[in-house]
Amino acid sequence: MSDAGADFEIADINKDYERLYGFHSNTEYMAGRERGLSEEVIREISAIKEEPDWMLEFRLRALAEFNKMPDPSWMDQSVFEEIDYADLYYYARAADKKYNDWDDVPEDIKETFDRLGVPEAERKFLAGVSAQFESEVVYHHIQEELTKKGVIFLDFDTAVKEHGDLVQQYIATLVPQSDNKFAALNSAAWSGGSFVYVPPGVKVEIPLQAYFRINAESIGQFERTIIIADKGSSVHYIEGCTAPVYSKTAFHTGVIELFALEGAYLRYTTIQNWSNNVLNLVTQRARAHKDATVEWMDGNLGAKTTMKYPAVFLAEPGARGRVLSIGYANKGQRQDAGAKMIHAAPHTTSSITAKSISHNGGRSSYRGLVKVLKGASHVKTDVECDALLLDDFSESDTYPTIDVKERNDVSVMHEATVGKVSPETVYYLMSRGIKEEDALLMVVNGFLQEFTKELPMEYAVELNRLIQLEMEGSIG
Amino acid sequence: MNLLELRDLCSAVHPEGSEEGIAILKGVDLEVNLGEIHVLMGANGSGKSSLAHLLMGHPNHRITGGEMLLDGQDLSEMEPDERARAGLFLAFQYPHAIQGLPVGTFLKAAAEARRGEELSFRVFKRELDDVMGRLGISKEFLGRSLNDGFSGGEKKRNEILQMHLLQPRLAMLDETDSGLDVDALRLVFKDIREIASPENAFLVITHYDRVLDYINPTHVHIMRDGRIVKSGGADLSKRIDEYGFESVLAEEGVHE
Repeated sequence: MSDAGADFEIADINKDYERLYGFHSNTEYMAGRERGLSEEVIREISAIKEEPDWMLEFRLRALAEFNKMPDPSWMDQSVFEEIDYADLYYYARAADKKYNDWDDVPEDIKETFDRLGVPEAERKFLAGVSAQFESEVVYHHIQEELTKKGVIFLDFDTAVKEHGDLVQQYIATLVPQSDNKFAALNSAAWSGGSFVYVPPGVKVEIPLQAYFRINAESIGQFERTIIIADKGSSVHYIEGCTAPVYSKTAFHTGVIELFALEGAYLRYTTIQNWSNNVLNLVTQRARAHKDATVEWMDGNLGAKTTMKYPAVFLAEPGARGRVLSIGYANKGQRQDAGAKMIHAAPHTTSSITAKSISHNGGRSSYRGLVKVLKGASHVKTDVECDALLLDDFSESDTYPTIDVKERNDVSVMHEATVGKVSPETVYYLMSRGIKEEDALLMVVNGFLQEFTKELPMEYAVELNRLIQLEMEGSIG
Repeated sequence: MNLLELRDLCSAVHPEGSEEGIAILKGVDLEVNLGEIHVLMGANGSGKSSLAHLLMGHPNHRITGGEMLLDGQDLSEMEPDERARAGLFLAFQYPHAIQGLPVGTFLKAAAEARRGEELSFRVFKRELDDVMGRLGISKEFLGRSLNDGFSGGEKKRNEILQMHLLQPRLAMLDETDSGLDVDALRLVFKDIREIASPENAFLVITHYDRVLDYINPTHVHIMRDGRIVKSGGADLSKRIDEYGFESVLAEEGVHE
């Protein structure tokens, strides 16, 4: 919109809208009102969603916590200085029904959609321009299959209304409202997210993809997700997609709670690629009961700053937890990711593999906690952090905490490596006719392969292409 | 025009890319033409492997004087991948391991780069099966990470497999014979005899005389202290095979 005349026309259109249809721009809407996240705003969100009273109360309690909590202390405080809490009202509303204008979506995001071959309809969704895309036929078919098995797979808003008892039984039991400032914020202002319940003994064969359910706002600013795998069931849930998700509001804070009951298997895969203006703070926690397995597969690309530490609480004997994460910190980005394993019962095992790539001055950190409580004997835990630096001015650091209170048969392994791509390795590949940038890409994809091979084929292919885009121009 | 022409070639090695270079080649002259098989012998440290890596474009090896031409093109102006696409190949003595890069993916990318066209998976697989069968390589090989945890013998066979697929005009083999048992050695060199044609040439680097039991070179060169000190044909080859290259050199009065 370089043409001043066109700008003027658009301003005119907006004026008309306001006059004719009663629409109003946000600035005007907020004029004369208290800015920030007030009780009034929370009541309004809840009313718009037609929520039951218990949820309104839940939100209000969280708001009270949010207002009195400090920012997390372990991170550079400069990260939080960018958050304008006064604008939270706007965020909350934006997460609800307000969409972006396609013309406002930055060119580089549009270009990436082009190059990834993202279909037209999905682009608008990913850019926050529209609320849905045309996959409803596929979605309905899958939904029918699931319903037959008694599986509940809904957006969180609907679940609150239709399965209130189940939601109340589990919500905030792993991530209390007062857990941290952002969990409190999410609890007060959440919108969107998924709710999954898998009945005892049911094996869900295909991965449940939030992608299919995109019409129900799976990617919200403040999404809330609960997944319950009942006794002996198994399910793999995939959230997010590799195409960049553009958000104007520059702030995303989700809360994810997973429950694997006795003998259940639950895997949660997420690949997040927020546009590089976003501050991404997600609290992800899981509880594994007797002989149950929980696996977090966590891929973090994009975003300006990511802070994410998926946790598994190994509550009963035989429980297993695994976190496999990758991060790519490019220019101006900070990926602060890690994992937490809490061994609260004997005969529990956990493994953490964290792989990070730093590039063009980006910074990757591993921040992890392994805790073995008193009485949790016969425990085995393995931590492996591998960092790959693609140049001399990027950074990587690790902050591992290991806290073992039990002495009887506890095996703790921790291994950390930091490496660069050796010029001789690149030379070896080049000596076979492979161009330098392709050679480098092969080494990087190889480094990430442990993660990629766990993904469904189409995600793996997309991830590889995305890494290729990230690495473009890396050869001087 | 010669396939390979080296004139008074001098080089230095810069460990880890350091500015301070150590002189290695001190004036090498060599001509290689299509249809020829050259064997380059010499003790460890005489500069044989350095010569091969200088020609291929190793980042630590730099030319300090003279010329190196492939089909009249100045190699020193070309990146390693350009040299490879022009038909130069080096079977590494110590190939690099790349975790998470499946051999099959790598081979296809290399073959496509050299041939300048995309290959259909099915056609390429048929070609691979054929070559791998001849080299006694099992199919599981394709799914393994490149050279990662390979035995010495597996690495060597993998190098020869690549040589097959890339169809080089000039193939350099850097001590491919060392670390191979007699059976593997026989298999690999039988294979080289089969590939050898008027359309290509070989430069076989070794410090063992026993290579001569397996191939009949058209030319033999002996290197010492960064120079080729003795060259000859089949005759020289026979004498070396009989007496060893050190005693041949002594007999000829070539001293350090």
